[in-house]
Amino acid sequence: MELADIAIKFGLIVVIFAISLVVAMYSTYAERKIAAFFQDRVGPNRAGPFGMLQPLADGAKMFMKEEIIPTNATPFLFIVGPSLAILTACIGSAVIPWGQNITVGDKVIPLQVTDINVGILYIFGVVSLGVYGVMIGGWASNNKYSLLGAIRAASQNISYEISMGLSIIALLMVTGTLSLGEIAQQQHGWHWNVLYQPVGFLLFLICAFAETNRTPFDLPECETELVGGYHTEYSSMKLGFYLFAEYINMFISSAVMATLYWGGYNYPGMDWVAAHVGPVVGPLIGTAVMFAKVFAFIFFFMWVRWTIPRFRYDQLMDLGWKVLIPLAIANIVITGIFITFFS
Amino acid sequence: MESLSNKKKQLTIKPLNFWERAYLPAIVQGLSITMKHFFRKPVTIAYPDEKREFSENFRGMHSLKRDENGKERCTACGLCALSCPAEAITMTAAERQKGEEHLYREEKYAAVYEINMLRCIFCGLCEEACPKEAIYLDGDIVPSDYLRKDFIYGKDKLVEAPLNQ
Repeated sequence: MELADIAIKFGLIVVIFAISLVVAMYSTYAERKIAAFFQDRVGPNRAGPFGMLQPLADGAKMFMKEEIIPTNATPFLFIVGPSLAILTACIGSAVIPWGQNITVGDKVIPLQVTDINVGILYIFGVVSLGVYGVMIGGWASNNKYSLLGAIRAASQNISYEISMGLSIIALLMVTGTLSLGEIAQQQHGWHWNVLYQPVGFLLFLICAFAETNRTPFDLPECETELVGGYHTEYSSMKLGFYLFAEYINMFISSAVMATLYWGGYNYPGMDWVAAHVGPVVGPLIGTAVMFAKVFAFIFFFMWVRWTIPRFRYDQLMDLGWKVLIPLAIANIVITGIFITFFS
Repeated sequence: MESLSNKKKQLTIKPLNFWERAYLPAIVQGLSITMKHFFRKPVTIAYPDEKREFSENFRGMHSLKRDENGKERCTACGLCALSCPAEAITMTAAERQKGEEHLYREEKYAAVYEINMLRCIFCGLCEEACPKEAIYLDGDIVPSDYLRKDFIYGKDKLVEAPLNQ
């Protein structure tokens, strides 16, 4: 690999890392603002214009707060927990195609860090590693409630990963590839997968809510019955990392959903636009479209949060095992029948 | 048994139909309701910047009124103190001297008039009891303070400002 290529890749990694951090940071602001709008309030408006500096103030507060490691906690694992949570949240972005290749002169700059041919498997692997962050954090706290919360979180994540995996299988039968870059390319010109796999998308969406621990599946961090869930004992920025990881996860899973089902960077009339505006601006418009889709999903996450109350734990498990998994299997079977007889 | 009021109604639990059990239409309905609120105007009053208008019959801090010539209306009859269920009002009466006619409306006036704001329940009975229309609860919220003694409001805080100032 040439030095220039390495520089481009490195730059892309830094940019995507920065973008996901900034998006996660401003998701906290957006969350509060959107919550306020849904409740006929104004929301944060003190720090800076429209309260735009609120995330910085929150971050400063998190860093300045006293850090407490409980006496009987396992210090090493206590620190590893949140680090693992944020690490696994961050590395998921590596395989997501953010746009088409940009051509500058004879240099082709891909807007995807790496297009490995098992992209989806990589994402699933990384996502399931996220359970470790929660589990280790809850265990290392040496607190019954934290441990209970962590176990709940882990069992919830694992249960929903099954139906998530099953829902993706039907999609893979349609696309015939595991590479996210290729899946995004195939959806060019209205061949969006959501049109072929509406049920699969719905299942994936529900599982994504559960995987990111968002309402109505935010059982790991319930205040009433488990004090605070797996991060009861955490304070200052270690707690901040857990909360931050949730927002990064939300961003990444929104990006995955947009890529897998909603066409990624594809938008109607993109051939005409690409022919008229050139090889640099065209892909960048596609990237903007991709981000618009991602933000729409993030908004949807927040919209649902202020609409639906939290599930009870047994209801959650019922839904996961008795409804979503059979539906996902039925979806696979029906997709298989369609592929066999109609194409 | 015969119902006493004839308003008894037999309630039955209706089994959910298919769409209700499917759960998603209900979620969509809920989402549309919250979406309606998203575009509604905020009802927030940004408190320190803008204050909310009190309603006409809001009962706030007391004020002792003056008449149209700027004389104090209160004659220290003690009816307000008598009617006060919290016993928050105390007063000492005094006789008007020569040369004080412009200050007090009648021969008797309150030399000391104190309301303990920690005891007051803002019921408005003093207002109703007053035969001279001298006391009204038309002020603002009683401000907070650090010491209990500072909540005993004397005439310096209660009497209206003189007319010609």
